[in-house]
Amino acid sequence: MVTLKIDGREVQAEEGKTILEVARENNIYIPSLCYHEEVTPYGACRLCLVEVTGNGRERLVVSCLYEVADGLKVKTNSERIAANRQMIMELLLARCPNNQAIQELARQLGVEKTSFKLDDNQCMLCALCVRVCQEVVGVSAISLVNRGVDRALATPFYEPSDVCIGCGSCAYVCPVDAIRFEDIGDTRYIYWPNNKMEFKLKKCKTCGNYWAPEKELEYIRKQANLPADAFDNCPDCRE
Amino acid sequence: MPTKSKPAKPKVKAILDSYQGDPSMLVSILQDVQAEYNYLPKETLTQVSQDLDIPLTRVYSVATFFKAFSLKPRGRHIINVCLGTACHVRGAVRIRDEIERELDIKPGETTEDFKFTLETVNCVGACALGPIVIIDSKYSGQMKPDKVKTLLESYD
Repeated sequence: MVTLKIDGREVQAEEGKTILEVARENNIYIPSLCYHEEVTPYGACRLCLVEVTGNGRERLVVSCLYEVADGLKVKTNSERIAANRQMIMELLLARCPNNQAIQELARQLGVEKTSFKLDDNQCMLCALCVRVCQEVVGVSAISLVNRGVDRALATPFYEPSDVCIGCGSCAYVCPVDAIRFEDIGDTRYIYWPNNKMEFKLKKCKTCGNYWAPEKELEYIRKQANLPADAFDNCPDCRE
Repeated sequence: MPTKSKPAKPKVKAILDSYQGDPSMLVSILQDVQAEYNYLPKETLTQVSQDLDIPLTRVYSVATFFKAFSLKPRGRHIINVCLGTACHVRGAVRIRDEIERELDIKPGETTEDFKFTLETVNCVGACALGPIVIIDSKYSGQMKPDKVKTLLESYD
């Protein structure tokens, strides 16, 4: 265990944890978009930056990646932090001016408008979906491709992915709702920012409702070593 | 749904074997594949991903990240026109325009006969020789628009 100070408050923390994790455990708010407790931190959105004091100097670090240490002093809010967060927010707002989640967070951080040239994206490239697809689902169907201004979220070759199971975890976890999916009739549609895919849904043997993508159920069945008829019925019709 | 399995490319197999299937050598492997085919054909990326047992997303991300990799077929000869500051002030843009006109392609494109691919670069560190054109690995300094045609004709 280490002891550190966050905003003047002394807190105990497990070694190896990051500032952001410890702050959340202690109900100290640090804004962030790309952090999720289930996956490896990535440091993409930069909004969670805080000031740490070490060697008598204060410097800005990204709290989702910075590990706690004994005697560390952390500030989660200061004029310098606020100014930097606002600049980051302005950049995000310029990239995704029509995204509601980003507009909302910008308002919270006191950013009304951006001085940069407006683009029109929904995705802000935090790769949370990529990490969830790889680390939680375990299929790795999507990734960030290209570089620089051409950086984008896509499946390989922008083509329907062979490995995607249509589970929709990417849409569920996206902090800015840039990925959507909907079930219409017997088909699930997943819409990523740059391409889309269709999945056949499985029909329940009892009630006849379509309830989940066949590929997803097949994937779970294999992972969990379940019998072939394990998903014949939807959860409502199972005994 | 498995990919339409084209016959595995034996050359790619040999390259992968020479790296003992080490996933951390991905960039080197792709470099060797590109040296072999002049670009990275789609099925080679799939094959690399399968043989190294890493997701295709990772191979594709790496292949699209580096400018040195091309996913489109390229010409037998790669023309690089330097547009760095020194070359620029000495008229590199006119050289580029002349090559574009001569070959009827834009930077990043390849001639229909796959003879030339035109690319631009922002300084090759040979500023004293500017404006400079590099074809494959041969440097031609002090280029002039009226020398372009002769230079291009010396390649087959």
